[in-house]
Amino acid sequence: MDDLLREFLTESGEHLDTVDAELVRFEQDPNNQTILRNIFRLVHTIKGTCGFLGLPRLEALAHAAETLMGRFRDGLPATSESVTVILSTLDRLKAILADLEATGTEPAGSDDDLISELDRLASAEPEPQAAPAPAPEPVLPDPVSRELKPGEVTLDELEAAFLAAPGPGEADFAAPVSAPVEAPKAEAPKVEAPKAEAPKPAAPKAVEPKPAAPKAEPAEAESARAEPAGDTEAVVATETTAAGSKIQTIRVNVDTLEHLMTMVSELVLTRNQLLEIARRHEDSSYKVPLQRLSHVTAELQEGVMKTRMQPIGSAWQKLPRVVRDLSAELGKQIDLVMVGAETELDRQVLEVIKDPLTHMVRNSADHGLESTAGRIAAGKPARGTIRLAAYHEGGTITIEIADDGKGLDLAAIRKKAVERGLAAQADVERMTDAQVAKFIFDAGFSTAAAVTSVSGRGVGMDVVKTNIETIGGIIDIATTAGRGTTFTIKIPLTLAIVAALIVRAGEHRFALPQVAVLELVRVDAGAQRVERINGSPVLRLRERLLPIVSLTGLLGQSGGQGDETAQAGFVVVAQVGRERFGILVDEVFHTEEIVVKPMSAKLRHIPMFAGNTILGDGAVVLIIDPNGVARQVAQGVQGSSGHADSDAEAEASEMGDTKTTLLVFKGGQGSFKAVPLSLVTRLEEIECDKVEWLGGRPLIQYRGRLMPLVPADPAITIRSEGTQALVVFSDGERAMGLVVDEIVDIVEERLDIEIAADRSDLIGSAVLRGRATDIINIAHFLPLAYDDWARGPKRAEQVSTLLLVDDSAFFRDMLSPVLKAAGYQVITAASTDAALSILQSDPRIEVVVTDLEMPGRSGFDLVAAMRSGEPRVAGLPVIGLTGTVGADAVERARSLAITDLVAKFDRSGLIAALAEINPTAVSQAA
Amino acid sequence: MQAANANGAETGPTDDYVTVFVGDTLFGLAIERVHDVFVPSGVTPVPLAPSEIVGLLNLRGRVVTAVCLRRRLGMPDAETQDDKANPKMAIGLEQGGETFALVVDGVGEVLKLGTDSREAVPINLDPRWRNLATCVHRLDGRLLVILDVDALLGFSAAGAKAA
Repeated sequence: MDDLLREFLTESGEHLDTVDAELVRFEQDPNNQTILRNIFRLVHTIKGTCGFLGLPRLEALAHAAETLMGRFRDGLPATSESVTVILSTLDRLKAILADLEATGTEPAGSDDDLISELDRLASAEPEPQAAPAPAPEPVLPDPVSRELKPGEVTLDELEAAFLAAPGPGEADFAAPVSAPVEAPKAEAPKVEAPKAEAPKPAAPKAVEPKPAAPKAEPAEAESARAEPAGDTEAVVATETTAAGSKIQTIRVNVDTLEHLMTMVSELVLTRNQLLEIARRHEDSSYKVPLQRLSHVTAELQEGVMKTRMQPIGSAWQKLPRVVRDLSAELGKQIDLVMVGAETELDRQVLEVIKDPLTHMVRNSADHGLESTAGRIAAGKPARGTIRLAAYHEGGTITIEIADDGKGLDLAAIRKKAVERGLAAQADVERMTDAQVAKFIFDAGFSTAAAVTSVSGRGVGMDVVKTNIETIGGIIDIATTAGRGTTFTIKIPLTLAIVAALIVRAGEHRFALPQVAVLELVRVDAGAQRVERINGSPVLRLRERLLPIVSLTGLLGQSGGQGDETAQAGFVVVAQVGRERFGILVDEVFHTEEIVVKPMSAKLRHIPMFAGNTILGDGAVVLIIDPNGVARQVAQGVQGSSGHADSDAEAEASEMGDTKTTLLVFKGGQGSFKAVPLSLVTRLEEIECDKVEWLGGRPLIQYRGRLMPLVPADPAITIRSEGTQALVVFSDGERAMGLVVDEIVDIVEERLDIEIAADRSDLIGSAVLRGRATDIINIAHFLPLAYDDWARGPKRAEQVSTLLLVDDSAFFRDMLSPVLKAAGYQVITAASTDAALSILQSDPRIEVVVTDLEMPGRSGFDLVAAMRSGEPRVAGLPVIGLTGTVGADAVERARSLAITDLVAKFDRSGLIAALAEINPTAVSQAA
Repeated sequence: MQAANANGAETGPTDDYVTVFVGDTLFGLAIERVHDVFVPSGVTPVPLAPSEIVGLLNLRGRVVTAVCLRRRLGMPDAETQDDKANPKMAIGLEQGGETFALVVDGVGEVLKLGTDSREAVPINLDPRWRNLATCVHRLDGRLLVILDVDALLGFSAAGAKAA
């Protein structure tokens, strides 16, 4: 296929896509001349080019469509019918182009059906104006209003030239066209000043050395190539008002960019190696140039990454058309709102999400939105809305697909999930709505026809999810009955660079993408050991069984399967979709940003690897594909806990080193709030008619007692009918029900409280699962329920002063109200050093409560320093807070005479431990 | 010698070959296909890979798939396993935009050979070899088997299992 044709195919494909989208816009806004002019010009361009290239079928079709559009321009109303015909003409054009691309020739066939239809519509005019004009003057677009540069021609002339050109073979007509158009394309100042007003065969003399010679061929080529150039010129002219400024773009082959990217990646790796060497050497003479190299490389990398970026709008381009067609097909009125089309992401990522996005929009239109009648009956606007939004968020792109339809039928999904044996009835009932909604991503779930008709959603949703997960993205659903469903997709900006955990299995190192890793657990022959059920290894993790695979075993290089259990190692807890499993490795090194290189074609069939990379030390390391491992786990490991992955339940009081388990709920105007799960006693759904009012305050009878209800936000009103979600907090015999709109989820995440809110009912805000969430301060609500709660029934006769040491502001804020409520005067310190100085200066302190695990000097160090200090400080009783009460911690605590060890977050345990200490006695003894 | 190519005394055109040896056999590879000659180091084995693939290695910042010529030809692994004492050599080849390293026992000189010494591949050769060789050249005292680079790298995952 020659270059000319290939260029034509690329350009025409792009033009047709634009026309598609523009036409749909035009249909909604038939008076918009700008859109029409744009469409017209594009179709005209295609027609013109086809003529020169000798593609009669395409030309005839484009011509007929152009004629009809010319009629629109003259005032013929654009009916839905005519737009539909034009759209199907465009489809036909695309099909022919596709054939052309595959075979290099125009396929045989007849388009009379469409052409006659188009002609009929074009001639069926309300005002008897002109005969079905083929395409003469009236179709010419308005000339662009911009001063022409020397050598440029107006669009009018261009059009005239095109119309004058009858087709291939007629060199003396084609040639003049080439001259004027050629000029704007080659931006360089032209020596000859062609007077282009009237294309005369005289002009081209300067351009073409032998005008009479081989004629048709070069002339055609020239004009065909020139046309798109002139076209670009026109777009620029209409879009930018300033005549002087131009958007300068060039078309670059994708392969060239890919190659550039590869080279830059290599440069980055080389730089990393150099930096590593520089660290080991004292010689500083080359440190400065190296630093500059480092900066330049980083900038270069960024620049090259940018060239791979494309606005997400290019993946959305087809959607207005899809929605329009669906809207006609389904008889629903649908508005498609697109926000953030300019958001850029890597073209590789874009390719992968294109189809899932289309699919989801289809789904939303088809199943999400009710019929027009249904909407009106539900008191909603007749037109349904599908909203697509994209925005950057940190290193990821978030895409939301929201409809304002009926929402997912969660009850049906629950029922189906049980029927299909995906989860037990009891589990399903305990699951939050968000968890239940996720069942639609289950492979079996979506393909069953019965489900689709009941639950409304799901055909191919598993495929959507798989696609998104292969690029390290996650998908989430939020649905409200009667209000609609929102899918949130988060995907990395680029696939080329990922954070990975470097591990060792057997003799070799591997990289595990960080996105799939939840946590690391050390296993040994002792307390945390790998057990076996019928040979399949499992691990008890927080009262749950976690299926385990050993990486060496997976890769078929294990020496002795048997002694693996005895070995000490690490389990990388990974999650792929709903499946959670552990990968047993021998050693864990560090995390590193790695440049992902594709596997060789010879090795791509191995499902375990996602690619390879070169580490800073120059070694090649294979990247494990968590999806591949997950599939292997499902095949190889029986007796796993299956789908009972309702990570909701009760991973409660236990805490990882840095992660906090939080209960997320909706409270007030749809905002998300959270409270540490360990503070929560129970979650309840109560019938609203059980709520009683005493003295203007809501109460319910709860377990034989009265429990006051307090809204979690002033905006929440207790529902008058249906059920009401409550979060119950209790302290001794007292209980309080916090009224919330909806329990959303339980998340285990690293807590980074970001903004200290200026409200007493909030501790601050944090990002949980990508959502801004307020962390509520329970201490604010307790006194609202019981006036005397703050003063506390357990209040000590005399107020003792207590020093609370914890590095985390969150825990300090959490515990101090509790301790105050228990009747202590609380002084807080954020570190061992601060605590020691407070102890020195403040003689009132009678008890010390300290976190034992703190960065820098730990709680043990603090106690050790206290014990060797002055007698008053040395004799103080100490209560240690610890995440895990291990044997060694107990031993150390005893040697330091720590009075008691209490699990972090065990409030009642802490209060009890404090009560046991008789502060008066202690201080007297000291 | 190279420059004299155009007006050389030899009859007919000549081809340049890089010679490599595995065991006692001498092989030739068309010089235009050879990009590099280097000592492979730091090879990362790929579990579950076809047996011909020794692993991946870092060649100046590029990840290169190392293919063992010995295994490709169905020859047993070299008896001396102490790689350090006797380092192998590798030939950098390119196919389909990918770079491969062909691991051989050693690399010899570059030979310029005309058609006069060329022979067809003997039909009694192992079929595996016959598929990989294009022709044989008679040299002084020994034979040179010319290998087809594309066929050499043209093994698939399925074919590899048969080996």
